[in-house]
Amino acid sequence: MSVKSVKCDCGHINHEGTVLCEACGKPIEGNQHIDGNDEKHVLEMRYEGSARRSKTYKRTFIDKTWAFFSSVKVGVWLIVITLVLSALGTIYPQEKFKNSPLPSSQFYVEEYGLTGKIFYQLGFHNMYDSWWYITLVALIGVSLIICSIDRYVPLRRALKNQKTKRHEIFVKRQRLVSEDNNLTEDDLNQLKTNLKSKRYKVYEDDGHIMAEKNRFSRWGAYVNHIGLIIILIAAIFRMFEVMHVEDYVWVREGETRVIPSTNQEYYVKNEEFIYEVYDPVQQEQFRMALEDVENPVPKNFQTNAIIYKAVGETITGQEPELEEVERGEVRLNQPVTFDGYSLYQAGTQVESEYDSMTFTVSLEDESLGEFTFDTDDAPPQFELESGTTVNVDGWFPELEFTESGPSSFSKFPRNPGMILSVENPETNNLERFFYLQEDIVPLSDENQLAVEVTEVDRRSASGLSVKKDYTLPLFGVGAAIFMIGVVQGLYWYHRRIWIHPKDGKYLIGVHTNKNWFGMKQELDKVTSGTNVGEFTDQQEMK
Amino acid sequence: MDFYSISSGFLYATFFIYLIATAFFGMTLGNKRDDNKKSKATKYAMIFTIIGFISQLTSYIFRWLEAGHIPVSNMFEYVYFFGMMLILAFIVIHYVYGISALGLIALPVAIVVIGYGSMFPQEVAPLVPSLQSSWLYIHVTTVGLAQAILAISFIAGMLFLIVKVDQSVRSKETTFLELIIYGILSTIGFIILSTTFGAMDYEAVFTKEIDGYQEEIEYDMPALFAPHDSEIITEDRFASGLETPGWMQGVDAGPKLNSLVLSLVVGLILYAIIRLILRQRVAAYLQPKFGKISPDVVDDIMYRAVAIGFPLFTLGGLIFAAIWAQEAWGRFWGWDPKEVWALVTWFFYAVFLHLRLAKGWHGKKSAWLAVIGFVIIMFNLIVINLVIAGLHSYA
Ligand code: HEM
Repeated sequence: MSVKSVKCDCGHINHEGTVLCEACGKPIEGNQHIDGNDEKHVLEMRYEGSARRSKTYKRTFIDKTWAFFSSVKVGVWLIVITLVLSALGTIYPQEKFKNSPLPSSQFYVEEYGLTGKIFYQLGFHNMYDSWWYITLVALIGVSLIICSIDRYVPLRRALKNQKTKRHEIFVKRQRLVSEDNNLTEDDLNQLKTNLKSKRYKVYEDDGHIMAEKNRFSRWGAYVNHIGLIIILIAAIFRMFEVMHVEDYVWVREGETRVIPSTNQEYYVKNEEFIYEVYDPVQQEQFRMALEDVENPVPKNFQTNAIIYKAVGETITGQEPELEEVERGEVRLNQPVTFDGYSLYQAGTQVESEYDSMTFTVSLEDESLGEFTFDTDDAPPQFELESGTTVNVDGWFPELEFTESGPSSFSKFPRNPGMILSVENPETNNLERFFYLQEDIVPLSDENQLAVEVTEVDRRSASGLSVKKDYTLPLFGVGAAIFMIGVVQGLYWYHRRIWIHPKDGKYLIGVHTNKNWFGMKQELDKVTSGTNVGEFTDQQEMK
Repeated sequence: MDFYSISSGFLYATFFIYLIATAFFGMTLGNKRDDNKKSKATKYAMIFTIIGFISQLTSYIFRWLEAGHIPVSNMFEYVYFFGMMLILAFIVIHYVYGISALGLIALPVAIVVIGYGSMFPQEVAPLVPSLQSSWLYIHVTTVGLAQAILAISFIAGMLFLIVKVDQSVRSKETTFLELIIYGILSTIGFIILSTTFGAMDYEAVFTKEIDGYQEEIEYDMPALFAPHDSEIITEDRFASGLETPGWMQGVDAGPKLNSLVLSLVVGLILYAIIRLILRQRVAAYLQPKFGKISPDVVDDIMYRAVAIGFPLFTLGGLIFAAIWAQEAWGRFWGWDPKEVWALVTWFFYAVFLHLRLAKGWHGKKSAWLAVIGFVIIMFNLIVINLVIAGLHSYA
């Protein structure tokens, strides 16, 4: 790129488009409109009057695109549009929260009427992963990158090239100035001592003095933008399936199941599921609150889990050999982790299934024995001590009645039904019974035996979500860099003081990139014990 | 006496102490009073503010002892904490900048905010499993503090606007300023209504068929708007004959709309009475009372508050929130309404900083942004919590 250049009276060669000479700060004629210095007395110091590409070249398509995205106005508009849209997306629930069996095309109209229909038709029901929302965020990212480069590079050059000796106009047109100071050698020495004690770096050149501190705070904004860009990059990575695992598994008490999305490598056993509620008697201080609500308030959802790893070759259709790798209590807010995976307590079906039922058989009030039917390994026959045999003729884990008689809706024992036939050596008769809803119905009036349900044992199932996310560290790094940049830029201020000798008197100009209130207070301390006169604030609000 | 009653007792005391402090701040107003009297009044005002703060803190600690966990787990407790942090931030700002006129806005705002929060159920409630995490402490307290500091920028912004908006002619600015004042009065209206009818144990019950079930809907204020298609079952209760429009969904749409409209009506009555007494715009009346302030300093406070509040909010509202969500649900970000509104707030203050830094939006423009920022925070707190309740189990 052939860079045209502008030579300043001081001899420094500046890039085309420079507003204030990088070395001496003298305004370069013909470029003052760029920073609006032509209309104001106080010089615009935001970018030190450096030559920014966006303000200099505006011919080609690339120039124009660059200028467009590096404009803060455009950046702010992009953020405002995203902000407003994001807010609008919360008016009605997003599709994934709608919690209704209705398809979205009906749900929003029926639930919210016309406005719901509009919400749906605009695609707001699925806003945050829609292509246009993602595009907007991406545009913010592009703007962020371009505008940071556009300013960072020339600003850095300008701050590097600055000279201690500045042009008079530059000093005079700072916001805080004090003119015509009669300063003795002692005054100057005192000033330098004061400045150093305020941790300024003091430079001298030919009687000119410049004191500077906290230049690094100027980079804060760029550092925080880098943090944001890293977060956006992390978000892009996360769009790829391989970067994260998300799955879900239901495990009943006592059951061992393979953990999905782990290549059949890991298994989880639910040893016990614990569900506790708050007790208003035991916890007296919560009595009022607990009695105010209809349902008991949950206190704990917990799965005592054991994680196994399959060892050796896995052969399909064969039970793998399992080795325990981790054991722990999975609670809300306390996932159990192993090999980068985390298991979260996510769902519960409290006592939703039957684990076992225990029955007694008797004849004329005399017990013939007892048996327990285990829903998981249901043997078809039981031999009681008295020689009585019980046969399970029909087993319906989730009972329903169809036209062809009883059948099962699923293989989960949520509402079990059972047909039993009992044979007793004394009665010598086959008597049949139906077990349903924890009760026994004799299937014939002539049954002499009696079967009773003595105990039922129910069990809970625990829903565990499985997560693994490789992008987390990247998000973390981005967030940390963002915070560092923000703090760096907001809590330190880049301050400079120029002491400019002129006809035996001294002109003093002061610049801070922000917090003028603090600057003025600091100036009081810096000039104390010297003959420096009042500073005028040339831009004070009236 | 149990901890709970001690806590409530101190809370009542706090209100009165803050009111006294406000009265002393009031004495610093006006241009005619001499400086000596003003600085004395300021001194007393600050003493009462600090006593009030200590009293509120005591009340808070007793509640904490009673519950066994930090009281930030429902609407009442959160608003309470927010109000306390607001006062704390104000005290700090006062000792840095020494602008007593700020107190005259900060204290009434804090009183109204705490008063508003006190209208919600105050019983000490146990923590549901999702809240049982040390991140509750870290996340919610950081957000509360950050929002309180951001609220200071609103308070400085209001002061700036009251003093700086040209009151000699009516303009968009004067109208908006009156609207903000009206908004505050309506909140007071809500407090008046809730306390009055609460003291009377007012209750009106309607029944309405929802999805084939008869649901009972309770009103604790007179029903200007009955639920849509409902019948009243309590006797001798006022019913205006007006109904909540059918497109407003949800069991509680009726009572919510009703309280909102009634509060706005009471707010309007309050505003009308004040206007009648003053015979001018409220802000126009206040302007000369506030007298001279240094606009640069007030502007600086406004900016400083955002400069501190923004990073703190980022930390508490986004970063800590994300870490907690990751720990509780295995997803650090899920686009639920509260999360989206935290993002909206964050975006907004980023815009504030950019416009200020790069576009030179200082003074009035910046002040208006600070006001809008506070409106967003309140919207998040009130509307999102009460109307669009997401995963967060507040209220
Ligand atoms: C949500 C996204 C963004 C956040 C959170 C953010 C944050 C910040 C912060 C905190 C500052 C420092 C402000 C101060 O010191 O007062 C800053 C400065 C700045 N930002 Fe951003 N920014 C974002 C997006 C953008 C975009 C899209 C642009 C592009 C136009 C941009 C351009 C700038 C510029 C030019 C500065 C001033 C740098 C300087 O002159 O020192 N920012 N940003």
